[in-house]
Amino acid sequence: MEYSFLQHYWWFLLSLLGGILVFLLFVQGGQSLIYSLGKEESDFAQLINSLKRKWELTFTLLVTFGASFFASFPLFYTISFGGAYWVWMAILFCFVLQAVSYEFISRRGNILGNGVYKAFLYLNGVLGPILLGTAVSTLFFGAHFSYSPEGMTNMDNPVFSVWEGAFFGLEAVWNTPFNVILGIAIFFLARTLGALYFINNINDESIRIRARRQVAINAVLFLLPFLTYLIYVLFFHPVWRFENGELNQDAAIYLDNIISNPWTLVILLSGLVCVLHGIYVGARRSNLNGIWTAGIGVILTVTSLLFIAGVDGTVYYRSLSSPDLSLTIFNSSSSRFTLTAMSIVSLFIPAVLAYIWYVWRKMDVK
Amino acid sequence: MEQNLIDLSRAQFALTAMFHWLFVPLTLGLGLIVAIMETLYVKGKGEKWKTTTRFWMKIFGINFAVGVASGIILEFEFGTNWAKYSWFVGDIFGVPLAIEGIVAFFMEATFIAVMFFGWDKVSKRFHLAATWLTLLGATLSAVWILVANAWMQNPVGIGEFNVDLVRTELSSFWAVISPLAIVKFLHTVISSWMLAAAVVIGIASFYLLKGREKTFALDSIRVAVKVGIAGVIAAIITGDMSGNLVAKTQPMKLAAMESLYDGHNNAGLVALAVLNPDKKFDDGKDPFLFNVSFPNMLSFLATRNSNGFVPGINDVLKGGYIGPDGAQTISVNEKIALGKDASLALKEYKNAATEDEKTKARNAFRKNEKYFGYSFFKSAEETIPPVGLVFYAFRIMVALGFLFLILFITVEYFLHKKRFEKARLLQKICLLSIPFAYIASQAGWIVAEVGRQPWAIQDILPVKAAVTNIGATSVILTFCFFLVLFSVLLVAEVNIIRKAIRTGPEENPQNTNQ
Repeated sequence: MEYSFLQHYWWFLLSLLGGILVFLLFVQGGQSLIYSLGKEESDFAQLINSLKRKWELTFTLLVTFGASFFASFPLFYTISFGGAYWVWMAILFCFVLQAVSYEFISRRGNILGNGVYKAFLYLNGVLGPILLGTAVSTLFFGAHFSYSPEGMTNMDNPVFSVWEGAFFGLEAVWNTPFNVILGIAIFFLARTLGALYFINNINDESIRIRARRQVAINAVLFLLPFLTYLIYVLFFHPVWRFENGELNQDAAIYLDNIISNPWTLVILLSGLVCVLHGIYVGARRSNLNGIWTAGIGVILTVTSLLFIAGVDGTVYYRSLSSPDLSLTIFNSSSSRFTLTAMSIVSLFIPAVLAYIWYVWRKMDVK
Repeated sequence: MEQNLIDLSRAQFALTAMFHWLFVPLTLGLGLIVAIMETLYVKGKGEKWKTTTRFWMKIFGINFAVGVASGIILEFEFGTNWAKYSWFVGDIFGVPLAIEGIVAFFMEATFIAVMFFGWDKVSKRFHLAATWLTLLGATLSAVWILVANAWMQNPVGIGEFNVDLVRTELSSFWAVISPLAIVKFLHTVISSWMLAAAVVIGIASFYLLKGREKTFALDSIRVAVKVGIAGVIAAIITGDMSGNLVAKTQPMKLAAMESLYDGHNNAGLVALAVLNPDKKFDDGKDPFLFNVSFPNMLSFLATRNSNGFVPGINDVLKGGYIGPDGAQTISVNEKIALGKDASLALKEYKNAATEDEKTKARNAFRKNEKYFGYSFFKSAEETIPPVGLVFYAFRIMVALGFLFLILFITVEYFLHKKRFEKARLLQKICLLSIPFAYIASQAGWIVAEVGRQPWAIQDILPVKAAVTNIGATSVILTFCFFLVLFSVLLVAEVNIIRKAIRTGPEENPQNTNQ
């Protein structure tokens, strides 16, 4: 297989994993709603037990997304994880709290008390999507870094990459307002999906009524920052692309990418329609399946947006201090052999999705 | 590179790995014991096996969550604290991690939900399948993470060094699944069965000592002791295979494990010893204040010949002996010199103005590329791992392994004679043995990881060249944070398990959301 095809294939797979991850953030969204939807102890128990059966999927996907990024585009992993130290540590902290809270919350002798674990879940529900959204936005807006493979020949002090932000990644918050805007958009999207999930999964009319109200409120709060971000990024944000070794800047590069890959336009528009439809049916009294329509919509939308951000030599992680060192899928990927080996392994993904789907249905049927 | 930063990054990773390894072996071993118990239930051996299964499944679940939580920290730390490592070997090392995520984690995550919440939602057989699939997922996860770790001990499947990108690249996927990887996987997973057996037998003995849950306790012990005996015997066999492979691939580690400074034929395996704390590698002093050895056994372990030559630390440093590949070895000082030549050639290659200069520099690099990792050392002495720690950890692991074999056989004998129920001293020993199973397990990893120092990837990348260039203050803060977090989680975990044990197996599982 052509090296370029493999690089695009893995960029697509990562975009897809990213899309599924954003969908599965309904768990975090649900956690951030426990105090809004739960009025009595029995409500809390229902809400937490409902999420308790799904949180591992989000967690596992986050791990797999990280590992796949590491294996397919190790230069990004090296620079971003090694540089934006505090951002990744904060994300880590959030998710560690989540993992233990679900198991410990209902156990006697859990030392900290159920209320603290409930608060941990809430904290993960709020900070998790905001931090992940802010981190993902740096793919579009870049960071201050440089790297030099020849730095490894410095025998006394080998240096490969240098992160020039004094706050080791936290500067993403104030470098541009758009990073946080995407974080906020993802947060409200997660809450919208969380409310839709509860409507589908919890057979309790009072919770459903409260959840439907939350769908409407959070959908509006999601759409405002998201559309602001989307319009700015697609139409006004100068995008970088290497062409014949030269770095070009043009606000229309993402649109060019969409035009040259028309299927991305189809899935982007289908995704947006599905999201809006899911929100609409979720907010209505009779329909329980908004989570599925909106969920599929989220996967399609995010996959297409992430894919066009890296296709055909488009810079997917810009270096604000050394633009020529910006990352593309061509200069940051693993070797052809590694991508080929991993592509064979990726053939298992449909089987994995199939048994997840089968088990999910089986567990939710009764 | 600032030594403080290297040590702190090392300490943080060691802390995370050791904390993680408190939970993983119990997950692997208890998963097997629970699956066997549930199989007995589904096979119609009585409703009591359902109660037994559910109790141990509860312990499994409490333990599993912290293992999952600490596992993600390790993956992140490869990037956050070992960024140069991630670049230098990411093309190879990332593959098993990605496969672990795709193939193993999802299986585990999907079916564990059925295991815990599916008792009343799916059929008995589907539930049993989910339990076995959760175990399979956990074990597959161990396969890939141990393949990755074995590759760090014995880096194989590497193609030509990529001089443009300055990194190693994969040339054979199957070579990465080396004999060492297979043996390491078997040894690690099977020794986890021993740990889980010790935990189950210990807790069940607690009930017998208290005069409670006798049938449950004896049933649990009957299953666990068989798993334990099989586990220890297989761990001893795979341990021997592992030692033989270490002799071939990491002679310095084997020498440290035995505190063997000057190699010789008919080398004995040290059974019991006190190390001489004043010993320096080149001072000619006796490394032991006292020692008892099994004659010729080290030679046999390393070469499969009781007369075989086993190199010591000084032999590895000075070279000149015939290595396992039949070639004469060279000294570490020569390797450092050749490594520096390679590094200079690589620098020249990067600065070359013409194609001719590039070709010349590349050829010069190719001549010595396998020693490139040695260029980061200033002296041969730096390549000696901490001998005392590795030596004692190895003895602790092996001694405890054999003691557990004796203990399990004794328990099986007493069960067979129907005397275990009344053997209070043996029950007390079983209960008190639980922490020693963890000590043995941790000691094994100390041998594997500390014995490889100062290398992150054996002979390819030293730890000091692998670390992320960030301020030491950041690492101090995260280290302290993790220390506090892990301490709180450990106390909570132990307390929850303590309460669950006190409550016992008869409790209605619905009350604990299981």
